[in-house]
Amino acid sequence: MTFLIQQTLIYAVPLMIVALAGVFAERSGIINLALEGIMIFGAFIGVLFVNLTQKAGTFAEAKAAGDWVALQGFMVLAMLVAAIMGAVFSLLLSFASVNLKADQTIGGTALNLLAPALVLFFIRIIANQNTLQMAEGDSASWFMIKKSFFGYGRSDEMGFFGSTFIDKTYLATYICILLFILLSVLLYKTRFGLRLRSCGENPQAADSLGINVYVMRYAGTTISGALAGMGGFVYALTTANCASTGDVAGFGFLALAVMIFGNWKPLNIACSALLFGLFKCIAASYASIDINGDGVFLLADVGISPHFYRMLPYLITLVVLAFTSKKSRAPKAEGVPYDKSTR
Amino acid sequence: MNGGLSKLWQKDGTKSVLASLISILIGMAVGGVIILVVGLGNKNLGATGAWEGIRLVFGGLFSTGRNAAGQLTFGFNSTSVGNMLFRATPLILTGLSVAVAFKTGLFNIGAPGQYLMGTAATLMLALGIPTEVVPAPLVWLIAFLGGMLAGAAWGCLPGLVKAFLNINEVLACIMTNWIAANLVTWMFDGSDFRNLVENTKSGYIYKTSYNGVQTAKLGLDKLFPNSQVNGGILVAIVIAILVYVLMNKTILGYELKACGANRHAARYAGINDKRNIVLSMAIAGALSGAAASLYYLSGNTEFFWSTYQSLPATGFNGIPVALLAASNPIGVIFTGCFMSMLDIVGLQLTNLTAYNEYITDVIIAVIVYLSAFSLVIKLWLSGRGKKHKAAAAAEPAPAPADAGDAKGGEAK
Repeated sequence: MTFLIQQTLIYAVPLMIVALAGVFAERSGIINLALEGIMIFGAFIGVLFVNLTQKAGTFAEAKAAGDWVALQGFMVLAMLVAAIMGAVFSLLLSFASVNLKADQTIGGTALNLLAPALVLFFIRIIANQNTLQMAEGDSASWFMIKKSFFGYGRSDEMGFFGSTFIDKTYLATYICILLFILLSVLLYKTRFGLRLRSCGENPQAADSLGINVYVMRYAGTTISGALAGMGGFVYALTTANCASTGDVAGFGFLALAVMIFGNWKPLNIACSALLFGLFKCIAASYASIDINGDGVFLLADVGISPHFYRMLPYLITLVVLAFTSKKSRAPKAEGVPYDKSTR
Repeated sequence: MNGGLSKLWQKDGTKSVLASLISILIGMAVGGVIILVVGLGNKNLGATGAWEGIRLVFGGLFSTGRNAAGQLTFGFNSTSVGNMLFRATPLILTGLSVAVAFKTGLFNIGAPGQYLMGTAATLMLALGIPTEVVPAPLVWLIAFLGGMLAGAAWGCLPGLVKAFLNINEVLACIMTNWIAANLVTWMFDGSDFRNLVENTKSGYIYKTSYNGVQTAKLGLDKLFPNSQVNGGILVAIVIAILVYVLMNKTILGYELKACGANRHAARYAGINDKRNIVLSMAIAGALSGAAASLYYLSGNTEFFWSTYQSLPATGFNGIPVALLAASNPIGVIFTGCFMSMLDIVGLQLTNLTAYNEYITDVIIAVIVYLSAFSLVIKLWLSGRGKKHKAAAAAEPAPAPADAGDAKGGEAK
């Protein structure tokens, strides 16, 4: 059970934060199909930052001394760098769709093509192979929270709560949850959030009330890019052992599905992200899930092909969308370039 | 003469071609700049390495390797040109697939999935039917049609959910892509089609030539010796012409385009929009399936069956092919060849320099990015201050859709 919850959280949290990234863009009126590409780019930047910093030996001392506060700070720094570069990368999308009034779907697709191409081009030049990894060690030994940090011994029990939510988890997970809550409040309880949302519903009306639609849409996509870039790094850190391969296996698109399933509302998105995280977790580790702790690996023993489990997240997405899409309420003005003269 | 030129300039098609050419040039220039920057910043490459890289980006098709002194040499390279035509075959067809969907107002990002399903059906038929019983050319035909059919069936899925359940076709296509990737792996996992004879190759399916099935060369191998080219390219060109006729000279094509211009107006005019959406996706799927069939029936290509973690790039590259051609089926033939030329360039870069083939993917991505606002480029071409800016840039929509389009855009 502990394993199942931890794994689900590991998959659900990047989905959740990237889906929220989609919400910020779409609520401001821009369809951000480029989430996948921005995630790939963010993952690359974060891993590159970790790699270069390790090579420069900046945190070698802290690692040797077991100073885990410094190491967690190192990880937060990498998240921040990934977020900043994700935001910069997303400027390509906002420039095309806000200033040039381009087709947002094609613009997003272009970014989705560009990110893996650029990333693989540089990875091949830097690492001479198709994967960029940490320069030394693995993400578990560098960034994972362990019970020894809190004075527990190797064989001490932390209790169910401790062993599930503290031992062998990543701080990144909780930072993302915190950010998710903060940004949801920002979107719903502040003046800025109201203005942003109005630009996605009726930009003409918003403009007539003195809100700069262009600025708001830039803000929306930039926040979106930062979150997606960070989500990409968190994904690479927690599920891919801090390696960048120019691929996040359709995670960005799954996040879009989560967003639509969650009806563009943060609370619903958090719930659906957990659901999708569960399926993704089953797909990834069905063979080692021991649901009630009796030593029987039910999902592996039941005799269903592993290919079916891998297909499941995508299949469920399609089925779930089929049932919910009639009720879904997208922001009214999303995907429509704002033209002042149509006011 | 002058009048003829200005008439040519006035035509919308000319501007589309020019806009595409500008996109290509900018894309290649960006690639060149990246190569230059990386080269200057990297001790192994330096300025000479960068200069070699740039020359290869623009003239890689005509590269003939290095001479004894280590200098790059250029000239007619029959292997490269032949391989370009061979690789263009599936690209032209996936490009057509995306183009047909574009004309109906749909974004077919599902080409990779349809391509995979076509691959699976083709390989199973071509390898499964014993050639001792059925003559090989007939098996070829059955496998080709089977691939198209499988692609069409897979293309129908997003079409159906789009038409009847109003699910965004982009999302549906992406989900069906990944489902197809897992499904194909599942189908081949443990099957007899896996190549177990050559132990050096694990994870591959037999070539279709193992069963004596392969596309006829039609004399093209004499024209381009030492290359993989075969009759498939001619089949692709014929299909492109057929699609052109279908879209521009038949009632069905007219209805499809009317749906693309404005779905609601088309329904008002008595066109069954739901049927047309499904049909358009089915045609698109069949074209992607045909792409896979022609590629794998060549007899010298192998399919890596454990593909559940990756989607075929050929499917995605149909998008830039169609965008560059402004969804014109005849234009797709040329842009398909251009894209496969970039492929060859990538190979030459990897073989001859320290750069790698991904730079050509960057160029393709930049081109797609630019075609997202090709409208702006076209406007710029038409010159500022002209009256009919918007009218000239917009695609000439079918008559019944035209009137509703302006209003429809507002109401939505």
